[in-house]
Amino acid sequence: MASRKLVSLEQTEHLSWLAKVELSEEEKRVFTEQLNRILEFFRKLDEVDTSNVQPTYHVVELTNVFREDEPASPLPQEEALRNAAHKKNGYFVAPKIV
Amino acid sequence: MKRLLELTLFELVDALRRGNVSREDVVDAYLSRIKEVDSKLHAYLAVNEEMRSNSSSEGLLFNAPIAIKDNISTRGLPTTCASKILEGYIPPYDATTVARIKAEGGLIIGKTNMDEFAMGSSTENSAYGPTYNPWNLECVPGGSSGGSAAAVAAREAVASLGSDTGGSVRCPAAFCGVVGVKPTYGLVSRYGLVAYANSLEQIGPITRDVRDAALLLSVICGRDPNDSTSVDPPSKDYLSALVVDVKGLKAGIPKEFFGEGTDPRVAEAVWRAIKLLESHGMEYEEVSFPHLPYSLPAYYIIAMSEASSNLARYDGVRYGFSAFEEGEEWVKVFSKTRALGFGAEVKRRIILGTFALSAGYYDQYYLKALKVRTLIKGDFDCAFKKFDVLLAPTMPLPAFKIGERIEDPLAMYMVDIDTVPINLAGIPAISVPCGFVDGLPVGLQIMAAPFHEHVMFRVAYTYEQCSSYHNLKPPI
Amino acid sequence: MQQQQDVVIGLEVHVQLTSLKTKLFCSCPSDYRGKPPNTHTCPVCLGLPGSLPVVNKKAIEFAVMAALALNCQVSERAVFFRKNYFYVDMSKNFQISMYDRAGGTPIGRGGYVDIDVDGTRKRVRISRIQLEEDPARLVHLGPIELSPYTLVDYNRAGIALLEIVTEPDLSSPKEARIFLQKLRSILEHCGIFDGSLEGSMRCDANISLAGGARVEIKNITSFKEVERALSFEIARQRELLKRGQQVRRETRHWDEDRRMTFTLRVKEEEHDYRYFPEPDLVPIVITEDFIERVRSMMPELPDHRAERFMREYGLPEYDARVLTSEKALADFFEACVKLYPSPKKVSNWLMTDTMRVLNEYNLDWSSIKMEPEHLAELLKLMDDGVISIKIAKLLIFDVVLKGIPPSKLVEEKGMKRIVDENYLSQLIEKIFREFPKAVQDALKDEKAVHFLVGQVMRHTKGRADPALTNELIRRKLNELQRSS
Repeated sequence: MASRKLVSLEQTEHLSWLAKVELSEEEKRVFTEQLNRILEFFRKLDEVDTSNVQPTYHVVELTNVFREDEPASPLPQEEALRNAAHKKNGYFVAPKIV
Repeated sequence: MKRLLELTLFELVDALRRGNVSREDVVDAYLSRIKEVDSKLHAYLAVNEEMRSNSSSEGLLFNAPIAIKDNISTRGLPTTCASKILEGYIPPYDATTVARIKAEGGLIIGKTNMDEFAMGSSTENSAYGPTYNPWNLECVPGGSSGGSAAAVAAREAVASLGSDTGGSVRCPAAFCGVVGVKPTYGLVSRYGLVAYANSLEQIGPITRDVRDAALLLSVICGRDPNDSTSVDPPSKDYLSALVVDVKGLKAGIPKEFFGEGTDPRVAEAVWRAIKLLESHGMEYEEVSFPHLPYSLPAYYIIAMSEASSNLARYDGVRYGFSAFEEGEEWVKVFSKTRALGFGAEVKRRIILGTFALSAGYYDQYYLKALKVRTLIKGDFDCAFKKFDVLLAPTMPLPAFKIGERIEDPLAMYMVDIDTVPINLAGIPAISVPCGFVDGLPVGLQIMAAPFHEHVMFRVAYTYEQCSSYHNLKPPI
Repeated sequence: MQQQQDVVIGLEVHVQLTSLKTKLFCSCPSDYRGKPPNTHTCPVCLGLPGSLPVVNKKAIEFAVMAALALNCQVSERAVFFRKNYFYVDMSKNFQISMYDRAGGTPIGRGGYVDIDVDGTRKRVRISRIQLEEDPARLVHLGPIELSPYTLVDYNRAGIALLEIVTEPDLSSPKEARIFLQKLRSILEHCGIFDGSLEGSMRCDANISLAGGARVEIKNITSFKEVERALSFEIARQRELLKRGQQVRRETRHWDEDRRMTFTLRVKEEEHDYRYFPEPDLVPIVITEDFIERVRSMMPELPDHRAERFMREYGLPEYDARVLTSEKALADFFEACVKLYPSPKKVSNWLMTDTMRVLNEYNLDWSSIKMEPEHLAELLKLMDDGVISIKIAKLLIFDVVLKGIPPSKLVEEKGMKRIVDENYLSQLIEKIFREFPKAVQDALKDEKAVHFLVGQVMRHTKGRADPALTNELIRRKLNELQRSS
């Protein structure tokens, strides 16, 4: 069991792409090793028979919590933009897309 | 009268109302205390000097200076989650808990250090350097709300708010010898709490004694229209639950909480507390929770999965650190921003959470963990049919040395063994000081059924009034 | 349009619930169009740390109404999920949407819409309807690929979107367009949507040709564009197949300006959305009572309205269908008939003359300035003999485009019909002198009379009363006959 490799270096690379977190070569290596150890620990759950068990998404069983369709005042533009590192003419500046 | 800094929240508000002390006295005393000790403790990431000029209304927290963990949004005050990626971020709004404290006249004295995005149990994962334990500066204060607990223990704030996802209020409360409450899931609004793991976490008070915790919880609790998962409790009057009387109450002692890895001296301190309560009329019985050994993996899978999604928003466009450069393509910029902005533990949890939710692994990890959660919750439901409270250690060991566990993520996760089951079950728990090991505080954990905070407070108060650990103060 | 049996098209339509006053998960006002950027935002729709979504109750009501209007089975329990993917228009880098896991189902399933294509009814099945949030609007400096950065406006972020997914039941670009028009009319009749607002209806299309893989086309911003985009794509794929090449399974982007599609991502780059239930929201339970209440509030829908038009106004089916293809048009018709109770005549003037003006200027019904009172007045002016039909057809341009009342136009432009016998007699005499040959012909041949009438009309710019002119010309001819 302990020698089983649950995540390969390539998978770590793919996960870093999915999560948009660039990893250095060294980080990829260390993370892959740590991920395998941690996932191995997670697999302890395999011991539990959950075949007739429903998952718990919420511990408090609430349904139908709504808000009325009544407008409230939005943030002033300068406050909305205040924390942005880059802004222009009332817009947020984001990187180019193509 | 006690020295001003030694007054509890309850006493301080009383003194302020009576005019025995003025707001200026209180503000000056606390700000100079921070100047005196915080260079050694590093409990604060930001101190609110403006507090002097804040006007304050009469209320339950009249002019009391309260510290807020740095993952709880404060209008006009930095809220960084101890992360580089939120450096300089100043929220345009108050978290509901902060708004409620202000509405009751409380003052926000500052923002406290923590593990980055509340991911950790030692406050060593702060991007701005660790907080030190006021009882022993070589040790961690616990985490992730280490700054909030250290500040209260060291008299840098009269009370504070922390957040508890898997023990982040109770662990540092235990390590710093103060009182910490993890409320029933849904009792306290999460609006404004920067999400780490939404389905597990709650904001809770960290205070010098049980009465203060009851007071602060009664201020911050209750349904908030901005948090769809929040509800009103049957009664918000927790102060009236504070009676020295445990006669006829039944306590369960889950033996899994005393298992392998528990420091025998910690177990001993907790057992002494149990015996003390027994001597005051509480009955107890040992009980077994068959699914408890699965709490840690279930907890970490759920927390990391939710975290991987919660932390996706930090891309540098709307707030925080940005690696933006003109002409560079978005995937590159986002990936670089996040690589430079997040610390190692945060990246690890994001990657693991991404894995647990990804196609082909969802059922095996995330869904499986949610099913195990059902079983663990079932163990607790079952126990609370029989018992009013459950008693156990908060932490399996006293505060460890700085640097001792930080290199080994799994070793760090293991210390949460006694706190995470409570978050999985959504029940309330409190940690109260119950002894010392090597000069470091030990915490007794008292758990109750959902929305039964009253009985939890009653047992905690009885124990506290019959013991004296809460009166001890750290040497700093 | 040629029948294309081998083409299979399915649509994923995104419709803004424009009748809501606020966004889907926050109380920001939804009237963001034409407003300065980032003035309709709050911590929730900006995705600020610590903010939490709260569901707009009315959005659930509207979604259920849409589900009923599209003949769907309404969900008993709907659950919001997080759809996780990064993009620059996302405020949280996940979109709160619905998904059928965790005991939840989309708001509506298994519905259909009947459309009329060249006089034949066709049923288009709806596979699902669900609610989700609109992303932010992106603005580029010049052409996308040359822009050194992207400007982001979060005013649109969080607007309630209804996602409506069809089965692959459409077999031509034209059918796709007709389907979208019908869908628009239905949702407008429900009172939950205004299709005249720019970008309020957008869609992605899945298209495959026999022998090729399925291609998804994104960024189609109106039902006019859908026909163009799909026609382009069919031509592209046909060309590939003709040359013996493969059609790749991929996602392509419709470039409205260049009128072509280009590759956005191939199958290998497809997202892994990592759906999981939104932990900050609780499940929505839709009871029978709630559904009945929504049903009882449901206004008349286009198909029923068309039937009523046939029954109540005696209109042919074709008229009834065209008039109800757009709610504003149907409303106009009914308002006008109230003032001028001759339905077929009103219908004719709407479907032919009014439409001709709109087509000539490439406008749609929403840009019309004419009021029902105007059309009724125009028709009355004709009945009263104040203007001729020819004048009416001229006047309608200004009525439709500028909304000037016809009576005012007649006054201003001096377009009243000329019924002055003296004036016309003098004019006729002048024309008789000018065209002696034509007069000679007219004495023998009835048909040549028309030429003389035409000359009178030409001189009066069509304002001469035709009957009177005819009578006067004949009288004059008779006089000549007798005197010769």
